[in-house]
Amino acid sequence: MPVVAFFVALAVGAVILLAAHFNPLLAYQAMYEGAFADFRSFTEVLLGATPLICIGAGLAVAFRCGVWNIGGEGQFYVGAVAGTAIGIYFQMLPGWILLPSVLIGGVVGGGLWAMLAGYLKGRFGANEVVTTVMLNYVAIIGTGYLVSGPMIEPGGRYPQTVQIARSAWLPQILPPTRLNIGFVIALLLALALYLLIFRSSTGYAIRAVGINPEAARYAGIKVNRNILLAMAISGGAAGLGGAMQIAGVTYRLFEQISPGFGFTAIAVSLLVNNNPLGVILSGILFGGLSTGSRLMQMNVGVPSVLVNIIQGLVVLSVVAFGAYRALTIEHEE
Amino acid sequence: MTILAFAGGVLAATWRMATPLIFASVGEVFAERSGVINLGLEGIMLLGAFGAYAVTFYTGSLWLGVLAALAIGLLLGLLFALFTVTIKANQIVVGVALNLVGSGVSGFLFRSIFLNSDFPSLNIVSFNNMSIPILSRIPFIGPVLFQTNMLVYLTVFLVPLASFLLYKTSFGLSVRTVGEHPKAADTMGVSVSRIRYVCVVAGSMLAAVGGASLTLAFANQFVEDMVSGRGFIALAAVVFGAWSPWGATGASLLFGAFYALQLRVQAMNNVLLPYQFLQVLPYVATILALVSIRNRAQSPKALGVPYQS
Repeated sequence: MPVVAFFVALAVGAVILLAAHFNPLLAYQAMYEGAFADFRSFTEVLLGATPLICIGAGLAVAFRCGVWNIGGEGQFYVGAVAGTAIGIYFQMLPGWILLPSVLIGGVVGGGLWAMLAGYLKGRFGANEVVTTVMLNYVAIIGTGYLVSGPMIEPGGRYPQTVQIARSAWLPQILPPTRLNIGFVIALLLALALYLLIFRSSTGYAIRAVGINPEAARYAGIKVNRNILLAMAISGGAAGLGGAMQIAGVTYRLFEQISPGFGFTAIAVSLLVNNNPLGVILSGILFGGLSTGSRLMQMNVGVPSVLVNIIQGLVVLSVVAFGAYRALTIEHEE
Repeated sequence: MTILAFAGGVLAATWRMATPLIFASVGEVFAERSGVINLGLEGIMLLGAFGAYAVTFYTGSLWLGVLAALAIGLLLGLLFALFTVTIKANQIVVGVALNLVGSGVSGFLFRSIFLNSDFPSLNIVSFNNMSIPILSRIPFIGPVLFQTNMLVYLTVFLVPLASFLLYKTSFGLSVRTVGEHPKAADTMGVSVSRIRYVCVVAGSMLAAVGGASLTLAFANQFVEDMVSGRGFIALAAVVFGAWSPWGATGASLLFGAFYALQLRVQAMNNVLLPYQFLQVLPYVATILALVSIRNRAQSPKALGVPYQS
């Protein structure tokens, strides 16, 4: 089903390309070549997939719990800020302490940011979709303030911080490509979250709350606590993604640290029915779309935002198929 | 600048800044009162803003721009209702998808038609401020209430009309029944899905016009992702306004005041605060508003639940 949904999205995308007087075949070919034509570009795809896998695997947990965390973007930013701050202000620490601290800082930062929305939902009933979106803006604007004010590179002309300590950089695994150990960490994270959600009693409780909160409450499961936990996990995963983006790719913080990873990750998770292991594949797929779209824009002149349309269409076709299946099953009963 | 002049400036800007929110939230009141929560408002407003801009750019007519926004709202509303009412998909997920599509399509078309073009200017002539004779000359009140543009004035008619429709007509009664107790409405012979279609589509059309007000009445250009969260703020205004048209309008004016404050303070040249502290105001205010309400019981009982007959 995910494969069909994906091709439906590509087909509708082709119609939009035709309407804008582009040749869809040439566009998709350029996109494919930009992503998978040679080994070097494929490592770039995996690099771009790393934050998507982190955020997406976390969102899978939240969505399974029935909490609609749309705040992956903001949680990624807060994780990046926390990781950067540790990587800059604690650079006297030895690398074997500093690097883990940077990553843990990202987890804690993103996790707390998400838990704020979870707390407001549990305590005041504030709709988490609205609050997480608002917190995205607060985090992004806040990052803009930090990198142009308190954290700006001394004597620098651009709104960005200094580089974090070299000892906190994630080791590269295939030099000279930029692929780093962050990708492996993302894979391990996805595996761990899969085991948590499908093979542990904690995960069982989280899924029970997602399927029917009232029934879960009746069965003695603490609904609000599980919502808070699911938010913490998804925010922590997104924050880890943010910290790893700093420690593995950019080495410093600036305003546009994410091109919308947090929003793409929503489609990444929904495409595979919120399964953290499936997120690995769909993360690579969407990482490929983004990486490939850059070559498409350069060679064929098709704006790379086409990818955003495809993401939305993927989600729409996934829900259409899902709802259709539910209707037919109901029919058979 | 005296305090009075500053307050007048903020108040005048408040109504203007609230206008996109009023259109979107009053429309969303109908969708939610019928039981459907449309989280795709942001994407609908964005496409409304872009469509209105593009049509006005090519035709030079602002009212054709508004018409284009209405048409876009109609199509997106039908799409949303098709997914959520007919095939009963999860309303939140469909809303999220609509926002992705809205941001993607408007950005894609704007870049491929306008940004890499050789048009000498991408500006349009937006709605002028119209002073209402005599009234606009009343000190203080005049500039606040009687010197603004057509789309802003339209809200004066929209809100009472919406309130009348919802509370004083049999259509409104059907809407409220469908949102509270769809089974009862069904038994009474009211078509649940027809009412929901009408409400979602009407709400979507109003949201698109709200988006259009951004390009046609405030900026004279389209900017990518220019709605910047207003769709979600409008959703919060519906809750804060206790699901009534007047309440949503009051909440929109409150949020509009934070936008206005931000604009006026930024316009002063002796700003004490970094601009980000002001920029963040509407978002923080929205969270605080959601946290402060005590009337959640007024939420339509069937909100977010597809109807299975």
